[in-house]
Amino acid sequence: MASQSRDAAIVGIYELPERKVDGLSPLQIKAECAAKALADAGLDWSDIDAIYDAQDGGGGLNVAEYFGLHPRVMDTTQVGGSSYEFHAAHARADIAAGRANVALLTYGSTQASSARRTGTEVRAGGGVPDPGANMEAPWGQTLISMYAMAAHRHMHEYGTTSEQLAEIATATRAHAMRNPQAVKAMEDLLFLNIRETTIEDVVTSRMIANPLHLLDCCMVSDGGGAVVIASPEVARGCAKPPVWIIGAGEAMAYQENGGDITTSAGAQSAPIAFGESGVRPDEIDIAMVYDSFTITVLILLEDLGFCAKGEGGAWVEGGRLRWDRAGGPALNTDGGGLSSNHPGMRGIFLLLEAARQLRGESTAQVDGAALAVAHGNGGQLAGRHSGATIVLARD
Amino acid sequence: MADATRPLPSLSDPDTGPFWQATKEHELRYQVCDDCDEVVFYPRRHCGPCLGSPVSWRTSKGEGEIYSYSVVQLSRHPFFGTKVPYAVALIDLDEGFRMLSNVVGVEDPVAELSVGQRVVVEWEDHDEVAIPLFRPA
Repeated sequence: MASQSRDAAIVGIYELPERKVDGLSPLQIKAECAAKALADAGLDWSDIDAIYDAQDGGGGLNVAEYFGLHPRVMDTTQVGGSSYEFHAAHARADIAAGRANVALLTYGSTQASSARRTGTEVRAGGGVPDPGANMEAPWGQTLISMYAMAAHRHMHEYGTTSEQLAEIATATRAHAMRNPQAVKAMEDLLFLNIRETTIEDVVTSRMIANPLHLLDCCMVSDGGGAVVIASPEVARGCAKPPVWIIGAGEAMAYQENGGDITTSAGAQSAPIAFGESGVRPDEIDIAMVYDSFTITVLILLEDLGFCAKGEGGAWVEGGRLRWDRAGGPALNTDGGGLSSNHPGMRGIFLLLEAARQLRGESTAQVDGAALAVAHGNGGQLAGRHSGATIVLARD
Repeated sequence: MADATRPLPSLSDPDTGPFWQATKEHELRYQVCDDCDEVVFYPRRHCGPCLGSPVSWRTSKGEGEIYSYSVVQLSRHPFFGTKVPYAVALIDLDEGFRMLSNVVGVEDPVAELSVGQRVVVEWEDHDEVAIPLFRPA
């Protein structure tokens, strides 16, 4: 731990409470969240000198203009839902190198209001020719069936069961029921049976793409948020305790001939992040792991090093991931994408809830939470995807 | 109004166009690197590991096994929405390349398909292209 660097910290956070936004545009959501995250930090717009933007909702080229800022660092890395973990990694590096002092990350989405059928649409090509997409267009692959293939292969190789996958959904639903914003989200998005779920509930819910059931899948919501990351000098003067970024790793993965789709980009990014941080996975209190689907979490927990490849099914059994159990990290204590919000790119919420836990502000607060990991996955597991791991620590 | 149809690939994509052009003759083509003999798929202009090396086209026998699959029960696509339940699968061809396809020719894909199952190509003809599908061998 002695050599661990504390070059940058999350100092301001804000999550849009609504999951069904009436009349706001994504850029408006981004600006509102930024203002409130700055207020949370005790900073002003004029303090921001670096902007990180995933080009969502009309961002990217025009986001500085919309905010009325002239940043010294502009980073528009767009790698799907993992973009915000990449942004956190880049912000930390930019701050450590002296290129920036205060970095702003924002996200805004009206995915539910605009009635996108994200999971069940067929990606049918069109537009700019893309050789990979041109080899996938004719067969009716949906986003969910892509993840389902990873699940089937995991089941085939390791004997993983639907009941084991359901452990992940029941843990995050239990956390969601403690989070009033998540409960409101499920009400606004017309969920049936808004209550803690059982394994039986999950495995008897409607099959969407074998072997994934409805309750193995995340919701489609609106949402937004902002994160402010600052240098140690700035962080010491902020309103809330700093949440230090102590390790970061990035990776890309894709379909390869003879490749293993039960292993994600996280297997490359996690050792880098944990190596930098000087802490081990078994020391982690809070695991904010991208839960687009239950299988995503199972594979990522293995790749993050919480257990060996193939052992995830048995490892999650018995409620290990619940906030009130010893013996494992608490998973997605805000309710996750499965039961709190998933507006398309969930990565920023992983950072937000990790920071809330390390500040002691979560609705499923783990006593004494000191170390968290946030791992974002972008693109599609089992196909081309990205992964970034951020290890976080309180003072 | 014509019924919705299967989305068809571009025949003019610089990397994968030649693959699709060959399907008209029911040829399932893949590439091999001229330098390192690695199988290259999806098709592209160069071998990845030997960036810049030329590649040569070969024709597969169209036999392989299911690496993994999913049976889609809910699809919002105007064509595929009428086809549920249908199986999408990653097929490992015996020559060493892996491609996405559908497994057809079974009444109940949930009950009749499995990882590792042997499959063989069959062709669905369209005007300019034929789509490779697979059925149990």
